[in-house]
Amino acid sequence: MEALLEIDNIEVVYNKAVQVLRGLSLRVPRGAIVALLGSNGAGKSTTLKSVSGLLALEDGEVTAGEVRFNGTNVKTLAPEKLVRSGLFHVMEGRRVFEDLTVEENLIAATYALSGRKTPALSDSYELVYDYFPRLKERRKQLAGYLSGGEQQMLALGRALIAQPQLIMLDEPSLGLAPLLVEEIFTIVARINREQGTAILLVEQNAAVSLAIASYGYIMENGKIVIDGPADKLTANEDVREFYLGVGGAEGEARSYRDIKHYKRRKRWLS
Amino acid sequence: MDWLFFGEISLAGLAMGGLYALIALGFVMIYKATRVINFAIGEIMMFAAYLFLAFAGGMELSPWIAMPLAVLGGSILGGVIEKTMIRPMLGESPISVVMVTIGIASILVGVVEFFWTADPQLLPQFLPREPVFIGPLYLAPKIAYGFLIGAAVLVLYLLYFRFSRGGVALRATASDQAAAYSMGINVRRVFNLAWVFGSLAASLAGILVAATGGLSPQFGIIGLSVLVVVIVGGLDSILGALIAGLFIGWLETVAGAYLGGEYRMPATFVVLAVILVIRPYGLFGTHEIERV
Repeated sequence: MEALLEIDNIEVVYNKAVQVLRGLSLRVPRGAIVALLGSNGAGKSTTLKSVSGLLALEDGEVTAGEVRFNGTNVKTLAPEKLVRSGLFHVMEGRRVFEDLTVEENLIAATYALSGRKTPALSDSYELVYDYFPRLKERRKQLAGYLSGGEQQMLALGRALIAQPQLIMLDEPSLGLAPLLVEEIFTIVARINREQGTAILLVEQNAAVSLAIASYGYIMENGKIVIDGPADKLTANEDVREFYLGVGGAEGEARSYRDIKHYKRRKRWLS
Repeated sequence: MDWLFFGEISLAGLAMGGLYALIALGFVMIYKATRVINFAIGEIMMFAAYLFLAFAGGMELSPWIAMPLAVLGGSILGGVIEKTMIRPMLGESPISVVMVTIGIASILVGVVEFFWTADPQLLPQFLPREPVFIGPLYLAPKIAYGFLIGAAVLVLYLLYFRFSRGGVALRATASDQAAAYSMGINVRRVFNLAWVFGSLAASLAGILVAATGGLSPQFGIIGLSVLVVVIVGGLDSILGALIAGLFIGWLETVAGAYLGGEYRMPATFVVLAVILVIRPYGLFGTHEIERV
């Protein structure tokens, strides 16, 4: 069956000079949660931007390969058209409109519905407030004064308003306390289950991501180095050691003192 | 000191300031949405005022039909400028874009001189002529009614920004362009509309100012006073444009009356210099804003 989002061997170059992605491919099936993991600078955010068409704003360009959403090449659509066709990108760092109120932030997201037949808007505001009761209490406040967790909720709320088929979430755990991370991920899983929205989750936090995802990709230096169903990845020795922070055979948490990176090479590098 | 005289001068100054505020609103709107410093705003005003002259004087339409037509013409001009000359400059350095707007300004002066010659012109009278008294203070009717029309439009703009969905789109784009794209907002359309509605405010103000003081191709120089207004108020602050507009209008008129006409500009530029030293981003501007 055709996947909702298909990324085919794309290469991305910034400023016509710096190559960030080197032939990356991945697929997101309808209604699934797929995790894309990797450390800083691996190219995760760039991957999402090349899908949503925001690369041009940063002087980046897809030089090879193709991205298809619902079978259409995303290159043929302007960024706002792509959003209106059901692909919503929650950018890294939340990017709420700080000098707009919570409610106005949600109103801004209603532009994603332009030209679509959708249920009454007041229902979808209620839906957001149902998922995030705290936003309702603060709906008249400026978004800049919300806490980091509440801003992340607002960013997800905007995505809900847009009623997309696919939400691309860029590091929702950024700068949040562990308890809050768990809360946010629980809600992400709930949105996926109840709304049937597919989710492409970009994260550094492999443990929580693989807990809710059904499939995972791990990327390094601009390409995928390993992929597989989430439970297989969680069981993989290399993934356990380098991304989940649990040591080889014994499976116990390790002290930083004992970590000797030079002792073992990642197997996928050889 | 003659308080009655001072009161009348202040009143006239504030009324003039209201029109400054309207022009500044046009400037701020374009800057806020697109980050383009539009040096052609004075010339767009002038162009609209000449259009009014053509419709009301040349074609002898009623001024109340000519005015909306001229304002419409000015707005379309703004939209066309954005689409044909500013959009291709997207991503270029701000200085290059500023130079383009300066170029547009001189093109507009040239066009106007070509069609209407460089001689000063008088606009047909269309505002009521009965003197206006506020308490004991006399105010020239042209200025008073000009102020009223300007203020009404200003209030409409403010309400629109604050409460409409389009206002949200504009403020969202101003706040974070990439995020606005990701909401499905058509950012290019917002840019274009900012130019259209910014030029609309300027065009209306242009006609009202020209109706009180006459019109010549050098009329656009008023853009310089407005530049002072927006820098004092803060380039991206609508509230700042309003308050600084009233203040600079008042200061210019009072300085002109007490010190002589040649001191109008120096007085405002002294204020500008002081403000730039104390608050480089203007009274109400955003802090990280770039300085002209």
